[in-house]
Amino acid sequence: MFMTWVFLALIVGAIVWAVSAYNKLIALKGETINAWKQIDVQLKRRHDLIPNLVEAVKGAMEFERGTLEEVIQARNQAVKIQADTLPTGGVKQLAAAEAALSSALGRLNVVVERYPDLKATSNVGQLQEELTSTENRVSFARQLYNDTATTYNVKQQQFPWNMIAGFAKAETVELWEITDEKEREVPKVDLSMKPKQ
Amino acid sequence: MSDANLFEQQRANRRRSAILVTVFLLFFAWIGFGGDLIFYLQTTGVPDEASRDSYRHVIPWFGICATLLAAAMAWWGWKRGSKEILWATGAWELIEPSRPAENVLVNVVEEMAIASGLPRPTIWIVPDKDPNAFATGTDVAEAHVAVTEGLLDALTRDELQGVIAHEMAHVRNYDVKLMTLLAALVGVMALIADGTRRFIWYGGGRRRGGGGGGKKGGGGALVAILLIAWVFSILLAPIVSRVLALGVSRKREFLADATAAQFTRNPAALASALRKVEDASGPTKSIKQGTAHLCIADPIGRRLTHKEGRIANLLATHPPMAVRIARLKAMAYQYDKTGKIPEAV
Repeated sequence: MFMTWVFLALIVGAIVWAVSAYNKLIALKGETINAWKQIDVQLKRRHDLIPNLVEAVKGAMEFERGTLEEVIQARNQAVKIQADTLPTGGVKQLAAAEAALSSALGRLNVVVERYPDLKATSNVGQLQEELTSTENRVSFARQLYNDTATTYNVKQQQFPWNMIAGFAKAETVELWEITDEKEREVPKVDLSMKPKQ
Repeated sequence: MSDANLFEQQRANRRRSAILVTVFLLFFAWIGFGGDLIFYLQTTGVPDEASRDSYRHVIPWFGICATLLAAAMAWWGWKRGSKEILWATGAWELIEPSRPAENVLVNVVEEMAIASGLPRPTIWIVPDKDPNAFATGTDVAEAHVAVTEGLLDALTRDELQGVIAHEMAHVRNYDVKLMTLLAALVGVMALIADGTRRFIWYGGGRRRGGGGGGKKGGGGALVAILLIAWVFSILLAPIVSRVLALGVSRKREFLADATAAQFTRNPAALASALRKVEDASGPTKSIKQGTAHLCIADPIGRRLTHKEGRIANLLATHPPMAVRIARLKAMAYQYDKTGKIPEAV
């Protein structure tokens, strides 16, 4: 009789734990997805700003076509990759594409600085501020995403939790890591004014 | 700051807010009921069937009224304190940025909202040429960040980011609620004490002059002791509450600086912003004394914050600026070396 009660108590205890563990995992998953959405929103904002910037500087920088085209290409590439990236797959490629876009933008900024009139007379200065802000937002959103995603990843792999992970449809998510060293590099300035191949 | 630390900090702040309101209510109850008791003891000698001009104080009306009044004021401070503070500084809300500097401010606030994981606070601009900033609000969902025009003009983008991060740190640590409440209650306390003091000095003097003697109430010594304690608590309340406000705010500044460094990963920018704010000559005129402890740098007692030492420590709303800057620079150095911002404690 006594043993039956102990047994029952154990089962009830296990069920209570499982339910709370399940809910916790679901909550973490929600947080991770939310953090990812933050990045997504900011990336979209960034991608939308770039055509405006290009449009604004195009007229004055007719002979800097190469730099402009690089930016447009990098931007289109990033947009394409962003469309089918989820936290569970493709984060690395997207991170690389965004890093490439960042360095292309860095080069463009260096060129724009050579045209003081451009900043003074048009809304280029404002667009640059918007882009700076967006870059900051992306990197802060990335911090948040990486922190949340790490907690989520660790939790679902730890011992008693990993038994529940399958029920909660928890999958390991990829972190947004800066693998590309180019993003850390200072953009090189080509002052020779030779047309690029 | 780890989650556990943050949670602990938030809980401590909630607890302090509750204690603050309780002490406030108790103080008013004591002033009210204590007055009643003194009055009662003074008039116990008066017979029940007395004539019209002799009165026996039985029902503690003072106490009931004072406590209700205090409760109403605490509730008002809780609900409306932040609006009143903003109103008192003459700040206006920035909704549609009209010049580049305002545009940058809105962007920086939104960036910091992302970094801190909080909803975007409303942004206010104080028309004052002296650089300063403060945060107020009732909770994280209803927070306000205010900066002076001088701050916008004086700081670079990175420095502004550091200052805003510092304010957002106050919001996230639940400092704003406690400090706003404190500002409201300290203000009320000062006002009431001022009024009462005047009443006692002038009103009391008149009565003495009028020669209302012949009151042979029960327990003369008890009445005297009570009366002295009563008068003293009224006279000391504003000073005690001011010192309390200062003590509460000073500790928070270091923590908010450290949290800001975590948000921006750029402690050096905040250090140089603090240096600029400190070097600005004039006091921030639009920020009154009661709200001084909310600001990023003491708007009035600039000279005190230069010094270290016991009296300076007691009277300054903020820790010495040099110490804050030194700590931030140490953080910046460590970040350069290790790529990590030290945990805020």
